[in-house]
This record gives sequence, C-alpha cells and structure tokens, in this order.
Amino acid sequence: MAGASCERGPSTTLIITTKGRCVPMDVLIDNADRLLDAFVVTLRLFLVSGTLSLVFGTVLAAMRVGPVSILNRAGAAYVTIFRNTPLLVLLLFVVFGLPKLGLNLGYFNMNALALTMYTSTFVCEALRSGVNSIPLGQAEAARSLGLGFNQTMTQVILPQSFRAVVPPVASVLIALTKNTSLCSIFGMAEATAAMKGLLNDNPADLWWIFLGIALGYIVIVELISAAAGFLERRWRIA
Amino acid sequence: MAASVLFDAPGPKTRARHRLYAAVSGAVLALIIGLMLWQFWRKGQFAVEFWEPFVTPRIINVLLEGLFQTLRAAAFAILGALVFGLFFGSGKLSNHRLVRWPAWAVVEFFRAVPLLMIIIATWYFVGPQSGGNAFWSLVVGLVLYNGAVLAEIVRAGINAVPKGQSEAAYAIGMGKSQVMRIILLPQAIKIMLPAIISQTVVALKDTSLGYAVLAPVLTYSGKLVFNEFRNTLQTAFVIAILYIIANVALSYLATWAQKRYAGENKIEVSAVGAVTDWSTGTAVQ
Repeated sequence: MAGASCERGPSTTLIITTKGRCVPMDVLIDNADRLLDAFVVTLRLFLVSGTLSLVFGTVLAAMRVGPVSILNRAGAAYVTIFRNTPLLVLLLFVVFGLPKLGLNLGYFNMNALALTMYTSTFVCEALRSGVNSIPLGQAEAARSLGLGFNQTMTQVILPQSFRAVVPPVASVLIALTKNTSLCSIFGMAEATAAMKGLLNDNPADLWWIFLGIALGYIVIVELISAAAGFLERRWRIA
Repeated sequence: MAASVLFDAPGPKTRARHRLYAAVSGAVLALIIGLMLWQFWRKGQFAVEFWEPFVTPRIINVLLEGLFQTLRAAAFAILGALVFGLFFGSGKLSNHRLVRWPAWAVVEFFRAVPLLMIIIATWYFVGPQSGGNAFWSLVVGLVLYNGAVLAEIVRAGINAVPKGQSEAAYAIGMGKSQVMRIILLPQAIKIMLPAIISQTVVALKDTSLGYAVLAPVLTYSGKLVFNEFRNTLQTAFVIAILYIIANVALSYLATWAQKRYAGENKIEVSAVGAVTDWSTGTAVQ
C-alpha cells in the first residue's frame, strides 16, 4: 500500500511519522511494479500498432501514388474518413462495436487494430508528401542518364524519399505513443490507466503521480526523436 | 494523370494493363464493402430499433446539446491555446535565456505528454465530478496541449518572415516590441493562419476525450444513447459522420487560407525533442 506509514491531514499536508521514509515520491517507488507493467502495455501497443501502421500506411501510400485511379480514390477516401474521425470514436466502433458483428480478437488486438486504422492514414500522408517532395527533375535526369525504372527508384528516388519522410514519420510515431493513452478507456491497463488508478488510491500525491508518469512518456518520445535524428544524420547527403 | 517521379506517362499497352488492374481492384473493393454490409445485415445491425433513435426528437436534442458543448469546448480551447501559444511562442524567441528556457521546457513538456493524461490529472485536481468540472478540465487540457503546438507554430511563423523586414524596422529606429507588434506579427499571422486552422481540426477531434472524464460533449451524449439503445456501432457511425463533416470543412478552409494568405510559406511543426536542424520547422521559399 502506497505511503502506508504516512498519515494525512484533512488537506494535502503530510504528517511525518517515525516509521521509515515518508517523502511523497514514495507513491512512485511503492508502485514501481505496477508502473513498469503499465508501461510495458503502452510499449506493446505502440510496437504492435506502430509496425502494422507502417506496413498498412505504406500500402495506402502506394495506392495513393500508383497509376490505378480507383485504388487512388479508395485510398483517398479511406484517409479522409479515418483521419477525420476522432480516435476515441474509432476505438468505440472497433472495441465495443465490432464484436457485435462477430469480430472479437480480444481487448489488446482490438485496441491495436483501431490504433492501426487511425495511424496508418497519417503514415500514408507522411510517405506521400515525402515522395512528392522529390522534384520531377530528379527522375527526368536519372532517366536521361539511361537509368532504368529499378535503378531510378533504388538509386535516386527512394534514398531521397527515405530522408524526407524521417521527420514526419517520427512525428506520427510520437503521436501514436501518446494516442495509446486512449486505450486506457477501452480496457487496457497501460500507463494512463495506471495514473488513474494511482490517483484514485492516493489523491494527495497527484503531482508526483502526474510527473512520474509524464516522465515515462517523455522518455519514450525522446527515444523516438533521437532515433529519428540518428537516421536523418545517417542518410544525409554531403 | 500528372507527371510523376515514380513512373513515365503510360503508353497504350500500359493503359490497357492499368484498366485490368482497375477492374480487378474495383471488384475486390466492392467485395470487401459488400461483405461488410452483408455482415451488418446478417447480425441485424440494420434493424430499425438501432437507427430510429437518431430521428427521434428527444435523442436528436441530446446529441445537439453534446454537439453544442463540443463546439463550445473547441472554441474556448482554441482561443485559450492562441493566447498560450502567442505567449510561449514569443517567449521561445526571447533574447533572454531566463525567458527562453522555461518557455522551451513548458512547450516541450506539454507536447510530449498525452493530452488524455493532462485532462485526467486536471480533473482529479479540481475534483472528479461530471458536469462543469469535467468540461473545464477538458478545456484546460486542450489549451495546454494545443497551446504548446501553437507556440511552435507562432515561433515558426515569426521566423518565416524575411529577415530584411525586422532589420529594416530596427534600422528606422523601432524598438524590439514595436518590431514584433507592428512588423513581424501581422505578417506572421498570415503565414500561420492555415496551420492554426489545421490545429483547430486537431482540437475539435480531441474534444472527444471529454468522454473519459464525463464531460458533456458529443461523445458523452453518444454514450448515453448507446447505453440506452445498445447501438454502439450506429452511434459511433453517426458521431463519426458529424466529426468528419466538420473537420473536412475546416480542412478546406485551411487550404483556402493557405492559398489566399500564406502562398508558398508552409509551416511544418517539428517533432517533439527534435534537436537537429529540422527543429527550425520552417520551409521558407
């Protein structure tokens, strides 16, 4: 039990007893296991839906930039619909709604599915803008040098596209990390759910709980950001 | 189809092949949509009792009240976020380290932390009850998060004004605040406008998080409806349509504002924690 040795006055003032440490931060230390488990769920949601979003987002982007107009329009419709639907409504539809249609993969998978449906639209837009940022002259120059389609792609277009999409894709993945917090409303015991639980049990330690869990998210976000910075430097020309 | 970096303009053979692809993919898409509709029908989700609430005056009123509260929350949020953004955005541009650093820290913090966390923490801070407490917790969370993003937009917008403008203003003897107020901000606002409208879309979408703290927004009205009629799919569908209409309209407005006011100056906000050169976040042509 958090801060079991502390007695609290009617307000948030601490009454320090002789039994052991009694700093308010105890609430984080005492619940370290619970917090760790929660962040593991957050990370699992992030990794599963992040990977699937990158894959499905790439498929969508391919549909959007490809030559088949019906796929182009279907991709555009998908992106417009799911990018403009709030993630919470999408989660409602998928986690609470789809089981009524006979599709039930369990809470984790359903949450990951909704996150993927939502995030892949942003991945698609990021990739598409990356490809579109390459000037047409690059492809024309490559072809006039006698490079074939595959060579043009692998030697000229894709390397430049990769570099161009790193920052926007990193932004999308950071947004995904933060969006996993919505799964707390849909039965996932992840970090934001853990915060809510701790706040219920220890209302007086609000600031420590908030800052501690915020720090967890900040670490994940900074790691993604650092990875993106590394890739960008690595793929930089000159 | 316009010229693309990905492939040459197709010839007659390729066009024939593309028509084949189109026919096949069209059939596949139709099959997928058909299967979904069939599944809806098979599971009785088209039943009148599930859809009827949305044409019943009592339920329409519940949803309209939710919609009104949603728009109200979004309006408060975006106004508050603008003030927050102007304050911290110009703070980040300050010459004084003591101003710049805290502004940077506040902006980075609220961009890195999930909005829902901020809303829930605020809600527990003011006392976790539905109604007013919940509504204002939602607004506070939205202001802090969107304000932090707008701070970045403000900073990028001010940086996007050509340097000659501020140099010329200093040369004719204007002071720092005059340069900001008379020269930089009016020009920056034009450049920022599309990004601000786009951020309004984000704020509007995020009002849906009021659901988590029992704030009386559209999603919460939806909860009342689907708890009563057991029609989660249909309610989510109707709410999604309302949001999509509002957001698509706002997106068109943003595109229009981009063409009308900002032209080639496009503001792209960098990722949180970005320390490399893309943290300048502007693409001045």
